[in-house]
Amino acid sequence: MRLTIRCHGARKIRQTLLSVISLAAPFIGPALWADTSNRIPSLFAPESTPAHSIFGLSMFVLTITGGIFLVVGGLLAFAIVRFRGRDNDSSEPPQIYGSTQVELAWTVIPILIVVVLFLTTARIIFAIQDAPKPKDSLDVTVVGHQFWWEFRYPKLGIVTANELHVPVGRATWLHLLSADVDHSFWVPQLAGKTDLIPNHPNDTWIQPDRPGLYVGQCAQFCGVEHAKMLLRVYVDTPEQFAAWVKNQQQPGVQDPSVAEGRHIFETEACTNCHTITGTGARGTFGPDLTHLMSRDTLAAGATLNTRQNLYAWIESPDHMKPGVLMPAMQLSDAQIDQLVAYLNTLH
Amino acid sequence: MADQTLPIGGSIDVTLARPEARTALLEWLHGWVVTVDHKRLGILYIVYGIVFLLVGGVEALAIRLQLAWPDNHFLSPELYNEMFTMHGTTMVFLVGMTIVFGFANYLVPLMIGARDMAFPRLNAFSFWMTAFGGLLLYYSFIGGFGLYGMGAAPDVGWWAYAPLTAKAFSPGHATDYWALSLIVMGFGTLGTAINVIATTLSMRCKGMTLMRMPLFVWLMLVVSALTLVTITPLTAAQIMLTIDRYLGGHFFDTQAGGSAVVWMHFFWIFGHPEVYVLVLPAFGIASEVIPVFSRKAIFGYPAMVAASVGIAFVSLGVWAHHMFTVGMTSVGNTFFVLSTMLVGIPTGIKIFNWVATVWGGKIRFKTPMLFALAFVFQFLIAGLTGIMLSVAPWDWQLHNSYFVIAHFHYVLVGAIVFNIFAGIYYWYPKATGRMLSETLGKWHFWLFLIGFHITFDTMHYVGFLGMPRSIYTYEPDRGWNHLNLIISLGGLIQGIAVLIFAWNLIHSYLRGKRAGNDPWDAWTLEWSAPSPPPAYNFATDPEVHSRRPLWDLKHPEDPDWKYE
Repeated sequence: MRLTIRCHGARKIRQTLLSVISLAAPFIGPALWADTSNRIPSLFAPESTPAHSIFGLSMFVLTITGGIFLVVGGLLAFAIVRFRGRDNDSSEPPQIYGSTQVELAWTVIPILIVVVLFLTTARIIFAIQDAPKPKDSLDVTVVGHQFWWEFRYPKLGIVTANELHVPVGRATWLHLLSADVDHSFWVPQLAGKTDLIPNHPNDTWIQPDRPGLYVGQCAQFCGVEHAKMLLRVYVDTPEQFAAWVKNQQQPGVQDPSVAEGRHIFETEACTNCHTITGTGARGTFGPDLTHLMSRDTLAAGATLNTRQNLYAWIESPDHMKPGVLMPAMQLSDAQIDQLVAYLNTLH
Repeated sequence: MADQTLPIGGSIDVTLARPEARTALLEWLHGWVVTVDHKRLGILYIVYGIVFLLVGGVEALAIRLQLAWPDNHFLSPELYNEMFTMHGTTMVFLVGMTIVFGFANYLVPLMIGARDMAFPRLNAFSFWMTAFGGLLLYYSFIGGFGLYGMGAAPDVGWWAYAPLTAKAFSPGHATDYWALSLIVMGFGTLGTAINVIATTLSMRCKGMTLMRMPLFVWLMLVVSALTLVTITPLTAAQIMLTIDRYLGGHFFDTQAGGSAVVWMHFFWIFGHPEVYVLVLPAFGIASEVIPVFSRKAIFGYPAMVAASVGIAFVSLGVWAHHMFTVGMTSVGNTFFVLSTMLVGIPTGIKIFNWVATVWGGKIRFKTPMLFALAFVFQFLIAGLTGIMLSVAPWDWQLHNSYFVIAHFHYVLVGAIVFNIFAGIYYWYPKATGRMLSETLGKWHFWLFLIGFHITFDTMHYVGFLGMPRSIYTYEPDRGWNHLNLIISLGGLIQGIAVLIFAWNLIHSYLRGKRAGNDPWDAWTLEWSAPSPPPAYNFATDPEVHSRRPLWDLKHPEDPDWKYE
């Protein structure tokens, strides 16, 4: 079922506005400064339903406020230029104390503008916040941690971290929780942000309409490494998503050739915080590592998931991400090598 | 001796002649410490605020240096978090509040024809509470006992959201210094607010009805009333936080069933009106400066008063627009959208009235006027971006992004700091007897204006590109790199401008042109007193017949009281 936000009479106005804006886009767009190969989480490049309707509303508001700016700013600039004093003129200008008619006019006009803005805004608030949940929507529970994201798919039996996979075209309902302090889930191209607050569960939803990778990050200061609490959302085609789900539902790979590494993992303190299904590791303080190699990044996006980075990360997490809660386990080089070899099999 | 041509107030200066001989430095200092004179306390407040303006400015530059390019290692993450926490706390409480109340202290009695504040000793007490509160905050750099026994300044953000401030997440004493210093400064602020209210209500000279008070005095009355209402929940919240941290309270301790959202409500029911506590005095300064340099009476005085009172009332009902993303109900969100948008109406009236005051005038572009005119322009933009943020769905995107940082710096710098500069250029001659250098003033103005716009205009845009606040570094592939470098360069230009200003203050104090009583040909009572005014301001009680007593004197053929 496709979820859409109804736009009655305003649709026509908005389409006109959007066409005007799209003409101006080359001037206001990120292309002005940025390399186009970048991943820019721009508010002006929405790719999902709530972000679309917010974008439309924002263009409407931007047009009205822009108009006010031109009129009032223009009057001020005109007055400053027109009424500048002359050096040789020391006489006083006529004194005017006020005018009831004029003042009434510039009280009533803002009231009318506020009425229009308020009604438009209220309509979008209710459309997004009170949208009915479609029956076929995907449920994901998001848990914020210092400083990483936990994603649980309760109906699919999947637990993963930092990289959220969702299907294109279908609504995904996000249930937001926090394990410690306040965080905020924000992927600008998909939806506005919603906070993850301990003892205060929240919900939000996205319905992306184009496959791809969308980036965001925690938007509520949560401590030392708030800046490195990055967020990636992969919008998959239905086939890709089904394949991903199938892989994630498998228990951890058991490869006898890396048994030493697995032994280190199970006998050092790793298991206190991490889970790998199919082993004794059941910790929940840190990310689930069952399918670590299916993720593109490490340490909540702090670095790419390569063999060298994984080695450096295990050797000294604090060096890569100062203030991170994972300790350096004081392993020997050989032990880290074996451990990395084992983790590298966890596809 | 006072100017004999003005029969108001300063006409007979009967105060004892000051000893001409230079007293010993120690005695001079002692005089400043034990003083209960509202003018000296006002100057103390403002000097204290300017010193911390420099400190907070250095913190801002450190932040900008760190963010000039991605993956920079100029500051550690811990130090960066301390810097933005201290920058915010300093600028709001140690710069904004002190300078605003410094102006109030200096000007309110002079403007209403009184000889001092209603409670001079409470006044001194308030100043020293504020001053020691600030020192307590900064002592955390030495005594904050963080990890490894090092000093640690608060690093939880100036909003200090729970439960990050709980013992579990903020060990050490840094957060305690933050909470305690705000409690101490809060008592100082409350004392001054009571003092200003009592002074304006009961110390006005003959003929000074409420509707003849200068707009600056009106705005300080409104601000003081607002302060009484808003500092109280802040102080209560700090006490609750301290109870949580040391006595096992669970107000905000989410691990024991406390509520993080309750802290947000407490903080913002203080925090939003606080913005108006700072910006309304700025409006007051603009409402004094713009008429004098346009050579016209303020347009629509009664509407200006009504709008100020209106803003204060409405501002008490808008706090949760800082919380659109915390998951309030759709009805709750809608309510705060409406109340927030309503603020735009009285604010719009004020902007229109300033424009109408300039309209038809003969503008003199002296430094105070330049700052005041730039303020009107910038406050127009700040108000419009405020409307954008009040649109809750758009706020879900903009909240905690650099767009918000840009918006509130447009208010705090573009409106408040610009007007503080306008006020200092305008009243410095009154307080010191010397003019500030116009040449240095124009350098200061233009550099600061250019730097301001380079920094904060760009910040709006980087917010649109999705950059969140409070991050010590950012990813190089987000398209934010060049923009951040530009923002940092603008910060540097502002820093240079402020140094020129500081130099101007010192240089002009020693070498400035003599000001005389009334260098700007102005109209309110303070300009009838000598510069600097004697300890008791007016030798005889002044009597006024209109809002512009000095206009009436200078234009006996066309006095104001005929029209009011």
